[in-house]
Order: sequence, then C-alpha cells, then structure tokens
Amino acid sequence: MSVRTLPLLFLNLGGEMLYILDQRLRAQNVPGDKARKVLNDIVSTMFNRKFMEELFKPQELYSKKALRTVYDRLAHASIIRLNQASMDKLYDLMTVAFKYQVLMCPRPKDVLLVTFNHLDAIKGLIRDSPAILNQVDETFQQLTEVYGGLSAGEFQLIRQTLLIFFQDLHIRVSIFLKDRVQNSNGRFVLPVSGPVPWGTEVPGLIRMFNSKGEEVKTVEFKHGGNYVAAPKEGSFELYGDRVLKLGTNMYSVNRPVETHMSGASKNLASQTQESIAPNPLAKEELNFLARLLGGMETKKPSDPEARFRLNLFATEEEEEQAALTRPEELSYEVINIQATQDQQRSEELARIMGEFEITDAPRQSASKGDDLLAMMDEL
Amino acid sequence: MVAADSEGSKDPGARMFRRERSIPLRGSAAALCNNLSVLQLPVRNLTHFGVVHGPSAQLLSFAPEGLPLAQRQLHAKEGAGVSPPLITQVHWCVLPFRVLLVLTSHRGIQMFESDGSIMVYWHALDSGDASPVQAVFARGIAASGHFICVGTWSGRVLVFDIPAKGPNIVLSEELAGHQTPITDIATDPAQGQDCVADMVTADDSGLLCVWRSGPEFKLLTRIPGFGVPCPSVQLWQGTVAAGYGNGQVRLYEASTGTLHVQINAHARAICALDLAPELLSAAEDTFVHIWKLSRSPESVSIEVEHCHGECVPDTQVCGARFCDPSGSSFAVTGYDLAEILRFSSM
Repeated sequence: MSVRTLPLLFLNLGGEMLYILDQRLRAQNVPGDKARKVLNDIVSTMFNRKFMEELFKPQELYSKKALRTVYDRLAHASIIRLNQASMDKLYDLMTVAFKYQVLMCPRPKDVLLVTFNHLDAIKGLIRDSPAILNQVDETFQQLTEVYGGLSAGEFQLIRQTLLIFFQDLHIRVSIFLKDRVQNSNGRFVLPVSGPVPWGTEVPGLIRMFNSKGEEVKTVEFKHGGNYVAAPKEGSFELYGDRVLKLGTNMYSVNRPVETHMSGASKNLASQTQESIAPNPLAKEELNFLARLLGGMETKKPSDPEARFRLNLFATEEEEEQAALTRPEELSYEVINIQATQDQQRSEELARIMGEFEITDAPRQSASKGDDLLAMMDEL
Repeated sequence: MVAADSEGSKDPGARMFRRERSIPLRGSAAALCNNLSVLQLPVRNLTHFGVVHGPSAQLLSFAPEGLPLAQRQLHAKEGAGVSPPLITQVHWCVLPFRVLLVLTSHRGIQMFESDGSIMVYWHALDSGDASPVQAVFARGIAASGHFICVGTWSGRVLVFDIPAKGPNIVLSEELAGHQTPITDIATDPAQGQDCVADMVTADDSGLLCVWRSGPEFKLLTRIPGFGVPCPSVQLWQGTVAAGYGNGQVRLYEASTGTLHVQINAHARAICALDLAPELLSAAEDTFVHIWKLSRSPESVSIEVEHCHGECVPDTQVCGARFCDPSGSSFAVTGYDLAEILRFSSM
C-alpha cells in the first residue's frame, strides 16, 4: 500500500515502548541514574541519524515478526535485559496501543499529531540530554518535511496500510478493559459522541438547493449519535497544543499492565494459516533487518555488571508462567540476533546478504531464505 | 441493534429494520472503502457476496434460509516485486451477455468468470512514471454497457472492451480526467435513452468526472472537490450521489454539475454508498443511513428524506450494499469483523 508508513509505525511503537519501560523501571524501583541511562541509550539509538535515514526511505511494511526483531534489538541497546516472555508482552502492549490510536484518529492526518505527542513525551523523558534532544528535534523536522504536505487522500492510504498491518490483533490489555476502551472480546469501543473531526460538520442537517444555487429548504434528521463541533485544530508545529490526547502517556499513573492471551482465539483460522504457510518474504525481510540494524550504532556498556533484567510482569513466577502458557499461534518466532557483539554481527549479516544477492535465482530464493534463517539461528 | 429513529415511526418515510443472521467469513474485512460487492441472482434465489481480506478476497454464495452454499478465496496474481500484493477491491460487473468478477490489486487487474473459478484476463499495471514514493495500484470498478472501466493510481481510467463470451478482452481506451488516484466508479443501471451521462469517476482529491459511454467515452462535466477525498460515488437517473471523507453526502445534477443537496450525514469518512432506488450511506462512524430520494415533477431539484439510521456498535464500517432490487434488505462489512452483517425491513 503506502510506502511512507514505516517511519510513523516505528516512531509511535517506539514511543509506546518507552512509556512502558519507563513505568516498569519505576515499578521495579530502579535507581534514578540507571533508569535515565536506559531511556537515554534507547532514545539516542532510536533517533540516530543513520538509522533514521534508512527508516525514511520509501518502502513497504514488513511483517510484525520482522519489526519485533528491531525493537528487541532496540531495547537491548541499553543496559536492560528482557527475556522472551517480557519482550513478547512489551511488543503486545505496544502494538495494541498504537492500533487503538490509529483506529481512533478523527482524521487520517491526525496520525501525525499522535506521532508528535509521542515525540513531545520522549523529549520529556530525556530532557537533561541536549544532544539527544537535538536528534529528536531533527526527526521532527524530517517528519514535517515528509508528511507536512501530504493530501488527505495520501493520509487515508497510510491509515489503511496501518490498519491492514494491525488486522486481527485482539489481545486484551487490562488497562484498556478497565477504562472501557476495549470490550471483553478484545474489540475497541468506538464512541458515537464527542467532537467531530476538524473539517467535519456535526451530522443532522439536509440542505437542498435550486438550480441557481440558492438554498431552498433545510431539514434536520436524527442521526443517532451525540456529536458536538470540534473546538480547534491541533498544532503541527514543533511546539504547540496537539489537542488530541491519543499518543500521550497513559501509563504515567502507576497501573499494572496485564495482557490476556485467550482473546485472540476467535480469528485463529486466519492467523494459523498465515504462520503455517511458508514465508516467501524471509529473504527480503532479512535484507530489511540488515539495513535497519546496520544503521543502529550501539555502544557496549563499559561495565558488564551494569546490565540488569527488567520484568514486564509483577513477579518472576508470572513471567515464567506467561512463557509456558503463551498460545502457539501468538508466538513471534523471533529471529534470535543476540545482543552481544552487535556491530560486528550486523556487518556480518550484511556481508552474508551480499554473497547471496549475486547468485540469486527466483526459484531458489525461498530455500535460500530458509538457509539464511537457519544460519542466523546458529550465530 | 436499535433503529436510531424508532420514535419517528409515525413519519411516513421512516422504516424499521431488524438484524438477520450474520454470514461468517474466513478472514476479516480489510479497512478499505467499498469493501463489499453483492451479486443478486433472483432466478436461482442466490446472493453472492465478495469481501477483501487483504492479500486475499473471499467470495460466498448464500441462499436466504440456509447456510452459505459455496466459498472461494482468490489471491492477487504475483507480478514483479516480492511483497504479497494487497487487493484493493473486488466487484461483480453485470454486462449484457455475461457477468464477470473483477479484482484490482497493487499489481494489476484480474477478471474471472462470475463464480471466480477461471481467470479470463490479466492486466499488469504499468508503474513506469510513478515516483518511488507513490503507491501503484488499481481501484474503482464498474460495468458500462459492454465495457468494464477500472481506475488506477495515476488517475487514468482503463476501459476494457468485453466480448459476449470468451477471453478476448481488449484494452480499448485510457481516459484522462483525473490527476490523483481513482477511488470509485459508478455507472447508471437505468441507462435509458434520455440518460446522456452514464458514468461518473471519483478520486482522492474529491474531483468527480461525468462521462458518456460509447465506442469512445466523452467527458461531459467536472465537479471539483473541496479538499477531501471522495471514496464512494453512485449514479441514478441523472443524479450523482457522492460520499466524502468529511462525512458529507452531496447530490449533483450529472449533466451540469449543479449541487442539489448537501447532507451532513456522518461524523467520520464515508466508506460506501449504494442506490436501489433509495440511497444507502455507510461510514467509519459505525452508522449506516438510508435516504429516500425523489424528484418533484415540476421542479428540477431533488428532495431527500432520512428513512433509517442503523448503528453497528464498535464497528468501523468498510462496505455496505442493498441485497435486493427494492432495497428492503442490506448487508454490511466492518474492519476486523469476520462476518457479513445483514438487515432486512420489517
């Protein structure tokens, strides 16, 4: 669909990730300086110029699996360790939150305001690091350049592309269930009241004109909702009142973040079909990962003792239990790129890609992709 | 499902609908516009439904009192490129001597026999002059006489000449009139002799072009947009009905482009319209509305009356169609919903 969707997807999911990590760091009583270091390291890796360059290239979206690998790597660009159960839960929370935000955007263009809300909050998290703040502002500039001039139709295509990416995701999040934002079946609540989008009239009026263009009759009708006019338009400037609350931090109040796996069973058929069918994208996805991860410069921590484990669950027992009981069809089948020797690894990866590119023949590409995956598992 | 204006049942125009049993889908509906096609086969007492899931489209045959009779999944034909191509629309085209099923995607245009069993024609899209940031796709399908017209990302409308039978389909013309991607195409089912204007095309900028079909199509009028896309359009007895991204429905005189009616119909973008003779509008605000259109004999203007409003709770509607010629029943699809919802008049 739209080839301009990846930056929006990545930055918004990244923003949600930072909100959740920030909340978990506080819940685990991690000392202030360590917590700040974690967030600073992740943000500076995320907004690294080389990485952003790769991200902003026009390209189609890859699978949720491929994208999850990027976030796994991003989280481990800091001194935290997340085991698979916690990483799975983190990714679930990130994706459900952003799916909700996209669905609820009054206008397709408002997804840009949601992105700006995330960036504004990120700047708040790293406010004592001017160098990193600068990186975030530069990305803001880039977003304005790329998206500022897009038409409503182009934003509609971006929105449709994002919704197709999130289709059939019905994981229930307890904070959403409590706030009555999600139903018990995992579907989001769509209110039929409140302000209409900027540029839309409140429904309920039929205006009839004659051939001279004069209004000759006006009739009201009952449309069934309870809408009011939009108060004002959100700001697309570097600083400004976004008006929209979507994309702001909902975890700032200390609330537990549980997810329920069973809610996804309804659409099992379509999900299992996709995971069983051989993935012809494997090779292209690996190329994508190599490019993006190659652009990620990660620093090795000077003191290996400084690393610590972050748990997305309340206790270690819960984390173990979650790993054991996660339904098969919801496993992300992560491509295990280990966090150590990062720089070397991605260069190795890129070199391997290069070797395979030259001798590529269409019929063989599927098996080559499998070989590559197998090789990576051994790394 | 509660009828929104049930208190207005004293109003002669108001109608009541009840919910019928849903038809389950193998895959949920994608968040596209015009994402439901219905083919009525009254002779065989069957109705065909077509819904796009994403990389696949699902066709169903349904008899009123029974379970779905037949199901088929179609996939977009792989062309050059490596990502699985997404389907943008699936639509039945009723021609004088045959019915074809047309499927548009990010690779091209496929035409099948009406049950989807055999592909009779494939047209690959030419992405030649697309810039790297532009999405390339076909979207917007309609039958006009013995032609099938399909819209593209560039604004060009391709006109295919369809023989009475066989696969000898030919691209006969490319219509230039739009500069932005086509969203929808509608043709006048009545097509009487006094209907000069018999096709309307719509695009992402909200521009509408009104055409007269023929061995060569002629552009009759342009109706400019106003900054929002027009995702869905219908044509009925010389009247253009257009649904816009800001929730408005507008009715225009097809031959002149004069605005007759403006309805502030929905609180979100409209995703589907149908005409049967009543007008049906559906939008992302979860509502489906039915409107009665009438032309008074003396005046040339059009009167519109609201008949019914249906809220499909927590569902971003993406497709809606009448299921019978009198408009006494309709079907709805919604994003992420793995069923087709049905409603019929009481």
